[in-house]
Amino acid sequence: MSNFTIGIGDLKVCRVPDVLVTYALGSCVGICLLDSTAKVGGLSHIMLPDSTAGVNGASAPMRFADTAIPLLIREMEKLGASRGRLRAKIAGGATMFAIANDKFNIGDRNVAKVKEMLAKERIPILAEDTGADYGRTLFFYPETGVMEIRAATRGTKML
Amino acid sequence: MIRNYEDLSPTAIDCLKEIGNIGSGSAANSLSQMLGKSVAMRVPTVSVLDYQHVIEEMGGPEKVITGILVHLNGDIQGMIMFLLEDSFAQVVLSTFLGKEDVCVVKLDETDFSAIKEMGNIMAGSYLQAIGTLTGLTIDMSVPAMTVDMMGAIMSVPIVEYSEIGDKVLFINDGFVIDGVNIKSNIILIPDMKSLYILMKKLGVAEDE
Repeated sequence: MSNFTIGIGDLKVCRVPDVLVTYALGSCVGICLLDSTAKVGGLSHIMLPDSTAGVNGASAPMRFADTAIPLLIREMEKLGASRGRLRAKIAGGATMFAIANDKFNIGDRNVAKVKEMLAKERIPILAEDTGADYGRTLFFYPETGVMEIRAATRGTKML
Repeated sequence: MIRNYEDLSPTAIDCLKEIGNIGSGSAANSLSQMLGKSVAMRVPTVSVLDYQHVIEEMGGPEKVITGILVHLNGDIQGMIMFLLEDSFAQVVLSTFLGKEDVCVVKLDETDFSAIKEMGNIMAGSYLQAIGTLTGLTIDMSVPAMTVDMMGAIMSVPIVEYSEIGDKVLFINDGFVIDGVNIKSNIILIPDMKSLYILMKKLGVAEDE
């Protein structure tokens, strides 16, 4: 069994019983996908909602919700996953600093875009731990389908 | 014209070091006045680092630190972030509130505002010193503060400035108060145009 770490703006796929980890999600969102029949899991750590809004979009599709999610699905299909069996759990999208008139409001926009993309791909969301104002480390165990959330100030929860 | 931080010349980096020096000196002074204690300043080091390095340098993504975020407006646009280790919170709270053995993940409202206020003052005097040196008007937003995982705090500038690149100006400085070493790190992210203005004011701008 191996632990794979997914950096910011990156994604990885694995087979059971490997574990996928991403550390300290702030406004970013971690998207866990699982095909429990094929026993294939995937985790994407997106930074921004929309690749078309920025100039660097094309060069870094794994950074954006709109491009990372289709990419993650394709990578999982390569390992034998079937699109119709995929289920999702998501976490992150916090607002780390309370800033008056925060025009950026990136955490909420990330979560909204991730949900929109998953709906478009017809992937149901089984659990989520999003929003609020704290960072989250995410462990995803494809073997059980459990998403473990560790927060510095809020303890640990299993979803 | 410089397009990202990697294009900075050694002279420009030296110049930013000097800015760091002056800013930190001024911040140490304010800190000393507020605490009523002598505050010694360590000579800051300034480097251009990618975010991943900054996070590793400070103890990894899950290390809990205090982050104070200030947006810059006026002649200089961008963001400055103070990353303070536990010892800072400890000194502030023992001086003002007589609290010992502070646990930064269990701060109450009063603790939080005391630390935030000290952070405000440091940020203000830091920026004021840079403004005076350069003759630029630097307006600062009301500082926002949080105590959380390093990686989650750093994701704020990473995301907001992802267009500019993966590098930041990392100013590693520190204070010695009552014989206690207090590490403080500052991330300075002026946008590219502002960096050019800053360099020009200091007479080290390269040709456009």
